[in-house]
Amino acid sequence: MYSEKVMDHFNHPRNVGEIENASGVGTVGNAKCGDIMRMYLDIDDEGRIQDVKFKTFGCGAAVATSSMATELVKGKTVQEALAVTNKAVMEALDGLPPVKVHCSLLAEEAIHAALWDYAEKNGITIEGLERPVSDIGEKEEEVEEEY
Amino acid sequence: MQTPIYLDNAATTQVIPEVLHEMLPYFTDIYGNPNAVYRFAGESQKAVSDAREAAAGLIHAKPEEIYFTAGGSESDNWAIKAAAEAYAKKGRHIITSTIEHHAVLHTCAYLEQKGYEVTYVNVDENGFVLLEELRAAIRPDTILISVMAANNEIGTIQPLKEIGAIAHEYGILFHTDAVQAYGHIPLDVDALSIDMLSASGHKLGGPKGIGMLYIRKGVKIRSFIHGGAQERKRRAGTLNVPGIVGFGAAARLAGAEMEERAGKERGLRDHLIRRVLEEIPYARLNGDRKERLPNNANFCFRFIEGEGMLILLDQAGICGSSGSACTSGSLDPSHVLLAIGLPHEIAHGSLRLTLSERNTIEEIDYTVDELKKIIGRLREMSPLYEDFVKKKDSGR
Repeated sequence: MYSEKVMDHFNHPRNVGEIENASGVGTVGNAKCGDIMRMYLDIDDEGRIQDVKFKTFGCGAAVATSSMATELVKGKTVQEALAVTNKAVMEALDGLPPVKVHCSLLAEEAIHAALWDYAEKNGITIEGLERPVSDIGEKEEEVEEEY
Repeated sequence: MQTPIYLDNAATTQVIPEVLHEMLPYFTDIYGNPNAVYRFAGESQKAVSDAREAAAGLIHAKPEEIYFTAGGSESDNWAIKAAAEAYAKKGRHIITSTIEHHAVLHTCAYLEQKGYEVTYVNVDENGFVLLEELRAAIRPDTILISVMAANNEIGTIQPLKEIGAIAHEYGILFHTDAVQAYGHIPLDVDALSIDMLSASGHKLGGPKGIGMLYIRKGVKIRSFIHGGAQERKRRAGTLNVPGIVGFGAAARLAGAEMEERAGKERGLRDHLIRRVLEEIPYARLNGDRKERLPNNANFCFRFIEGEGMLILLDQAGICGSSGSACTSGSLDPSHVLLAIGLPHEIAHGSLRLTLSERNTIEEIDYTVDELKKIIGRLREMSPLYEDFVKKKDSGR
């Protein structure tokens, strides 16, 4: 069902983790649908992405698209990162099953959400960047369950 | 590929070698059409009749009350649609539960489009149908109650005796989808007041593509497949003799070995459940602890999603299943897990492991060991787990 590239990125995800005091953090998706992605960006004074990390709750495709997205933006400028589309992520993964295309959209949005956070923190405007629609920002109400 | 550790016996089972052995002659040597007159056909006829007797014996029915079909889904479709049609004059109201298999739920939805009304009775947190709600749902125009014998996902065994008693108290037909229960737990159609019962061959070591519908004598439902006089004119089509022989053999063996098999399965299942709940944090068992199928274990692991778990289990050589959205092909996780009250995010992290008596304790131990690593790895990657740990550490 998945391409070899998707399986590779699921089995060996690149850049998993967190960045402390990140320049920008974005969290998109929602647990109801089963996909949440969080992207951390470390951006230097020149506006170049020095480091990127992610965490993802979701299926194989969700993990693989997040992983690929981090690879595509690492070392890029903010403007270059903004130009990374879900199509680019999909192509880099040799395609996704149709039901999983939304995962690549989420990966694109996760980058945008992290960039948005970076822009807000620094009081700047990034040309062409709109507030990501599924940015869940601060965590939604916690579900309390007994275990 | 190496033979995997197969823990998905609710999806399908291996055909028992003895069953296959009994089937084989009916492909090549004894291939006569049992409805023909010559003596050659007599052997096929005899085989079908023996199988029918075995299939009936398992639920204390009469052989002439067994109708062979192409599987559990056909049996469910037939029972519900034909009953709806036959009793339309009495009324157009059907009662079922929220956790039925889609063969029942989608058939009911189809009938709703045709002007029938369906009440979906809720279940409690362990998956038991709420009997008071069921009773309250009964109306003068209720013609059918369809409640599954045991749930395919969480294994909960329904109080069939009580449900059957309620149905008959009001003179309503009682159908049960026993696809997961037939051959696994004792069922007695008289003691449980069951009027129709669906079963499938490949869930108990028989072949795929063969099932049956038990129809109590006197229940006036008509043919579903038209075109011939087979099966007392109620199910047209040349009989699938090898399949029927396989069904009969699987039923006979299930009857003879039920206690022994269930005992082994329970031992393995309880070991699995105990280890998982003791050794994996933030895990829960879905379904009732006691009133569950002997071979079913169903868990939810918080902060992770099921598909990733299945892929990694597969890579470790283990076959399991999940009720996550990704495995269902929609955005919603299992309707059964939602019906027992689990929030979406927890239902997404479900894992169903269904055993057979051929599994070993070593296989179960290996599975739990792998599962611990897999869940740890997925949680390390999960933003939900990150938030949870941070909240916990900040001493909330």
